[in-house]
Amino acid sequence: MLSIKNLHASVDGHEILNGIDLDVKPGEVHAIMGPNGSGKSTLAGVLAGRAEYSVTEGRIDFLGKNLLEMAPEMRAREGLFLAFQYPVEIPGVNSSYFLRTALNEIRAHRGLDKVSALEFLKIIREKLELVEMDEKFLKRSVNEGFSGGEKKRNEILQMATLEPKLAVLDETDSGLDIDALRIVAGGVNALRSQENAFIVVTHYQRLLNYIVPDFVHVLYQGKIVKSGDKDLALHLEDFGYDWIKEQNGGQA
Amino acid sequence: MKETGIRDWYLSLFEEFERELNSGAPALGHMRRQAIRWFAENGFPSTRQEEWRFTNVSPISEIKFEAAEKPAALDPARILPYITGDDSARLVFVNGHIDRMSSTTAQLPHGLMLQSLQDALASNDAAAAAELARHARMDENGFVALNTAFINDGAYVHVAKDVAHARPLHLLFITTDAAEARMVQPRVLIIVEDNAQLSVIERYISLADSTYFANPVTEIVIGENANVTHYKIQQESRKAFHTARLQVVLKRDSSYTSHNYAFGGAIARTDMHVVLDGEGIDCTLNGLYLGGGVQLIDNHTVIEHRRPHCNSREFYKGILDERARAVFSGKIHVHKYAQKTDAMQSNQNLILSEEATIDTKPQLEIYADDVKCTHGATVGRIDEESIFYLCSRGIGKAMAKNLMMQAFAGQITDRIKDDALREHIAEIVLGHLHDGHLHR
Repeated sequence: MLSIKNLHASVDGHEILNGIDLDVKPGEVHAIMGPNGSGKSTLAGVLAGRAEYSVTEGRIDFLGKNLLEMAPEMRAREGLFLAFQYPVEIPGVNSSYFLRTALNEIRAHRGLDKVSALEFLKIIREKLELVEMDEKFLKRSVNEGFSGGEKKRNEILQMATLEPKLAVLDETDSGLDIDALRIVAGGVNALRSQENAFIVVTHYQRLLNYIVPDFVHVLYQGKIVKSGDKDLALHLEDFGYDWIKEQNGGQA
Repeated sequence: MKETGIRDWYLSLFEEFERELNSGAPALGHMRRQAIRWFAENGFPSTRQEEWRFTNVSPISEIKFEAAEKPAALDPARILPYITGDDSARLVFVNGHIDRMSSTTAQLPHGLMLQSLQDALASNDAAAAAELARHARMDENGFVALNTAFINDGAYVHVAKDVAHARPLHLLFITTDAAEARMVQPRVLIIVEDNAQLSVIERYISLADSTYFANPVTEIVIGENANVTHYKIQQESRKAFHTARLQVVLKRDSSYTSHNYAFGGAIARTDMHVVLDGEGIDCTLNGLYLGGGVQLIDNHTVIEHRRPHCNSREFYKGILDERARAVFSGKIHVHKYAQKTDAMQSNQNLILSEEATIDTKPQLEIYADDVKCTHGATVGRIDEESIFYLCSRGIGKAMAKNLMMQAFAGQITDRIKDDALREHIAEIVLGHLHDGHLHR
């Protein structure tokens, strides 16, 4: 589904990603962990097409197409979804209208008919239940005045509605209390299937108690320095990242 | 030299106009002659005057405009798109002349009078005669002077004591003249007596894409404990010049809400002056301007707090694209005795191109010591992170920008309480948005 080969990316001339290789197949959940500044969020941003990152080397294939040639909206229409670390507040843009517009753009790309406001309401009600959100959220402006937990739940709501093939969760767990974490993880688990895949970027092992990954990768200085199964995450929980830094010539 | 030439031009137009007038209220005739004399001495304002520093009106003073012709009757169907509610009471003026066929003044409640100014003056309406041209000073500038000199027809609304009318009345000023260089001098007088309520739409539209000069003056006199909601919707031709002067005077415990939409015009200037002349008055001014091409849209507002315990709120927003220019000048003048004044003003601008410019100038003049006054102005671009967020959900960039503009404008249009009108204005705004730009 996703194949990243020798990916190098920089911001303002500073190289952040230093040769990433990663393969994600349908049905898989990959966790990307690593200390602060290791390039986790950059990787998520490059996947979604953030303009401030320039890819200097390497390639990314998504469902057989060159991802790096696509504008962010095309990536979304092809089935990529990024759950933002810091979801944006957009005053004046109605949540319901926004999400229905997005859904219809994606459906049009897939050759499907648009959904009416009424049909949309039916779809969204089911998804709202999944993330334990009230219908009145739909009347509000996108993320405006939402608490941290509400914003993250709204990301999962959007993901559930747009039904991506590959979802990248960028530190969706950061700053969540245990209830919100449980809801967010529950949403992800409900959507897991043999057809889709997830990349879960996180700083903390805690989320992986709820979303059990098939693979765990440790990112350090812009490279994947260690890969393993869920036990690797537990090891990181017990021993921290220092041993990774030492093994890779960094300062502990 | 040129300027003298144009003064002579309007003097000769005035002489012709006066000869053709048959209504002979001597007081009005005296006022007209005073106004043209003032104009002959002072002419149009220049950029050397502080209030006109950013707006050069020489494109207007360089053209010898002639009075617009009285047209053949207009097909009433052509005005329906500009009226919310097909049976709404309305006065329609075509090229400055009342169009009785298109106007509807039946079914108004007793005590609510909607008629042409000419009719009101001909029937010796005491209130009209007493208030007309008493509030907007003709010696303020050449535009008010010209309008006053050429007062002939216009709209007159009178709401008697205790009469409340919630449905908006429409005052529609249409220019259909395809000939170039015509002018109209619309005059509006609205009197709302104590405890009365009125909602009124003053709208300027063009059915011709010609260069003309519309120079309206509106006076609104609001009695004690009365409520007025006033909409101005300016959709002149993109080649037209629109210079409007609005004077509002309020008495104690009354309220005035203004919704001022500026969409059209090559040069579109509105001067709004609201006088809070009693205690406990509430004043809210909402404004939205959209400028593209080489449009210059200028809004000057003055809120004058003369008495204690009044509130004023002002929300103006603008979107500018291409080489458009906008001016916002908002003065809040708090007199010495206007203690406990609570005034807030904001002006926010969205700039879509490198060449578009905005001059925004809040001015607080405060002579009382126990007041709360705040103001803020911002000029910015569409937030890139928001655009990326929308795009990351599959929404194309142009549509994402449209959504952002719609949201920005919506924060003003959402302030309209009348559902039909709010949707109508939102549609007009939407019609201006194309592929993340204005008017393309």
